[in-house]
Amino acid sequence: MADTETRPKTADGPAAPPAAAAEPATGRREQDGGPGGDLAGLEAGLDALDTRTTSRTPLPVLLRRKALPPLVAVVLVLGLWQTAFALELKPDYQLPGPLMVWDALAEEWYKGTILSIVWQSVSRGALGFAVALLAGTPLGLLVARVRPVRAAIGPILSGLQSLPSVAWVPAAIIWFGLTDATIYAVVLLGAVPSIANGLVAGVDRIDPLHLRAGTVLGATGLSGVRHVLLPAALPGYISGLKQGWAFSWRSLMAAELIATSPELGVGLGRLLETGRAYQDMPLVLGAILLILLVGIGIELLVFAPLERRVLRHRGLLR
Amino acid sequence: MTATTTTRPAARITHVSKSFGPQQVLDDISVDVADGEFVTLLGASGCGKSTLLNLVAGLDTPTSGTVEVPGGRPALMFQEHALFPWLTAGGNIELALKLRGMPKAERPAEAERLLELVRLKGAHRKRVHELSGGMRQRVALARALAQDSELLLMDEPFAALDAITRDVLHEELTRVRAETNVAVLFVTHNVREAVRLAERVVLLSSRPGRVAREWQVDIPHPRRIEDADVAALSVEITEQLRGEIRRHGRH
Repeated sequence: MADTETRPKTADGPAAPPAAAAEPATGRREQDGGPGGDLAGLEAGLDALDTRTTSRTPLPVLLRRKALPPLVAVVLVLGLWQTAFALELKPDYQLPGPLMVWDALAEEWYKGTILSIVWQSVSRGALGFAVALLAGTPLGLLVARVRPVRAAIGPILSGLQSLPSVAWVPAAIIWFGLTDATIYAVVLLGAVPSIANGLVAGVDRIDPLHLRAGTVLGATGLSGVRHVLLPAALPGYISGLKQGWAFSWRSLMAAELIATSPELGVGLGRLLETGRAYQDMPLVLGAILLILLVGIGIELLVFAPLERRVLRHRGLLR
Repeated sequence: MTATTTTRPAARITHVSKSFGPQQVLDDISVDVADGEFVTLLGASGCGKSTLLNLVAGLDTPTSGTVEVPGGRPALMFQEHALFPWLTAGGNIELALKLRGMPKAERPAEAERLLELVRLKGAHRKRVHELSGGMRQRVALARALAQDSELLLMDEPFAALDAITRDVLHEELTRVRAETNVAVLFVTHNVREAVRLAERVVLLSSRPGRVAREWQVDIPHPRRIEDADVAALSVEITEQLRGEIRRHGRH
């Protein structure tokens, strides 16, 4: 049944020995002029007809669509707040007006402390997040790709994600005392599971075809992880990172709020606690606003552009 | 001059059987693909065409029998383009070059040459989603060729394309193969496509897949899918294929 043909291969193509790709352009020109007609032109026409042109929305339109609605929302909320304050729904030491909060923040600004307070928290958050990234990524890869590991710690990892990381603060204080280690421990316990889980979700959503294509191309083992697995999982991974940052930031605030000590320096959580101690509601609200602003700022400045870039390159952005 | 004294085959499939659990998918398949030869595997659903291709590609191992690919790991083209959307068209090709071990400095020029080969000059920086279906399959072809394998496996690579584009890509494939002299093992359920492209058509029966019959296609190139010779042989093969399918309705 196996073929035993003796036919010499001259039916088509150059009868040259199998020196693959030895003659690049010569054969082509002859074929174009052949009875097949102008294949190149036909193909160019098909390509032109079928190609989708994607144009980027101009900046003014983008601003109107994306920036205007949240601005309107903020103005509305401030308006409602001011109205509630003007109607004196609550005494002003409980419900200060927007301007009072602004003044409280301005006062901190003139004291020259506010930048160092914000920086204290942001730098801690960033360092904690970076370490969580380094720990969570290999952990996520292990859980995603090694079946026994997944069976063993996959559920624990998902469970940890729903555990509020404030719950770790007392334990961390007992372990590490009132030190930076306590704060970082809480941040890590909050962020690592999110990042790992995000990567697991990203890997699970990879098109199996891409994995097969990678294998066929010879991307196996570490090279497969580097060239196929990680880039393919990137969209899920980035949402994991986003969530990981949110968890880092939240855990950090919880830790700073509870673990207060002169050696720990003053962060935003500490500022909040100071406001509470002095019954200074404008300062408390000001601190909350700052915490919110940092959270939103990092999301808008770091993660949103990153995500948009990745999705646009893959044609997944609407 | 006999077959044994010619150059080594691009692929040698010897008495290969494959079962998934109790179900036998392939039964004693023996097919050789000579160096530079174009062979199509033709069959209805359930003939195990894709399974056989996976065995040759090394993505799976046969239950019994042997698959030899003397020229090293074969390239494989899928029905879907399977291009990596996180890379540009050129990036996909350069990754294949990198994985084959080509030094970084040589890759851009080689990628450009391969893109020109599939007539996509200037598409190097295009994103995958910016390309049409036909263009994607041509980039996929270029990426497969970038592996510089002696054997190219194709798993119904044009099945998802519209008829006009498919027709054009048949011509492209014929031309590209003539230029590179790569051996091709092409799986399809489209009889005319098989006859249009191949030097030899191997018909597989279904459940389990066996080699039912082979045809040598001596119609000279350039061929067109509308040619009378192509049509005549297609009718003959289709009759045989229908006979194979009818057998399954009798139980």
